Amino acid sequence: MSKQDNQWPLWEVFIQSKTGLPYKHAGSVHAPDKEMALQNARDVYTRRSEGTSIWVVLSDNIVASNPDDQEAFFDPANDKVYRHPTFYVMPEGAKHI
Amino acid sequence: MENQELEILFQQKIDREEKIEPKDWMPEAYRKHLIRQISQHAHSEVIGMQPEGNWITRAPSLRSKVVLLAKIQDEAGHGLYLYSAAETLGVTRDEMLNALHEERAKYSSIFNYPTLTWADIGAVGWLVDGAAIVNQVSLQRTSYGPYSRGMVRICKEESFHQRQGYEIMAHMAQGTPEQKAMAQDALNRFWWPSLMMFGPHDSDSAHSAKAMRWKIKRETNDELRQKFVDKTVQQVEVIGLTIPDPELKWNEEKGHYDFGEINWDEFYNVISGNGPCNKQRLSHHKKAHDNGAWVREAAEAYARKKQKSVAA
Ligand SMILES: [Fe+2]
Ligand SMILES: [Fe+2]
Repeated sequence: MSKQDNQWPLWEVFIQSKTGLPYKHAGSVHAPDKEMALQNARDVYTRRSEGTSIWVVLSDNIVASNPDDQEAFFDPANDKVYRHPTFYVMPEGAKHI
Repeated sequence: MENQELEILFQQKIDREEKIEPKDWMPEAYRKHLIRQISQHAHSEVIGMQPEGNWITRAPSLRSKVVLLAKIQDEAGHGLYLYSAAETLGVTRDEMLNALHEERAKYSSIFNYPTLTWADIGAVGWLVDGAAIVNQVSLQRTSYGPYSRGMVRICKEESFHQRQGYEIMAHMAQGTPEQKAMAQDALNRFWWPSLMMFGPHDSDSAHSAKAMRWKIKRETNDELRQKFVDKTVQQVEVIGLTIPDPELKWNEEKGHYDFGEINWDEFYNVISGNGPCNKQRLSHHKKAHDNGAWVREAAEAYARKKQKSVAA
């Protein structure tokens, strides 16, 4: 690497496109602090009013599941079909249930 | 698991059209290929701001000035989306910039041509962004998730770019004879370099076969180039200009236009650093980066100071 030239910490950007909707990951930005992270996220990801609200989170603070363990990790949900409404037998003719 | 086994599973996943995400296992060569392609794509967006920036202060009206500014700002955004996608592969922004400055990474050769007249700004938006759109629409289906999502975002923004360029060309083509001649001249100079943007013929493209198998690329260079020609010819006719290619002809049988051979000597010459503006583009980028160093340092010092005062 040439000279030390810090590009600032990395932040992940989440945008809510309309009130009431969930926040969605949009990408990342570099910024020295949270205010600038928000401003940079606004300039980079919402130039056409794509958002009503933005979250920024230091990338280092995100904990993600490991895709290699995906099967074992999500396994507990696999044998619990009774969590779905289709598991239950309804009496013939019952309505609105 | 052995690498060989992992590689088979990886290819099966790709064949099922499942996206690869940052933490998924991937062959080193796949990662390398993506870092090279995405970072060079990012560099192209950023270097591409220069030929257009050349005309901001001389845009002929306030309307065209705000439009051009917004367009160039979008390109900066495109660069950032792409750098951020590349970073998910474990390369840092610094490493990418250094590779550009040390001429280990390339950018699209089209941006090494000068923008001599206002009509060139029309030609760039219409043809250069037009060619980029054909490529990027195809890349929306690329196999790497972050790259694909970046492409979707970029494609939404590109159609304004192409339309603003075409509007300038249409306007000038209907103007005085001098203005029309200027538009034709811009088309003459930008037509062939735009076709070169799709890269060498498939048979001569070193990386193509692998990139197709991994579905990083979804269509070949020649297929994309043909698409661009097919859709652009009619747009040229509508504004009464002429494509500078005597061999351009509709081929009824194929359902495509035939067109002349690209001057590949010129292509390789520009790629290897000898185009009209290579030196200027790179030295300007370095200068802007170095001139911004104090801003980066100051913002960092300010952030540190604020953190201290919170802690105190
Ligand atoms: Fe772009
Ligand atoms: Fe563009």
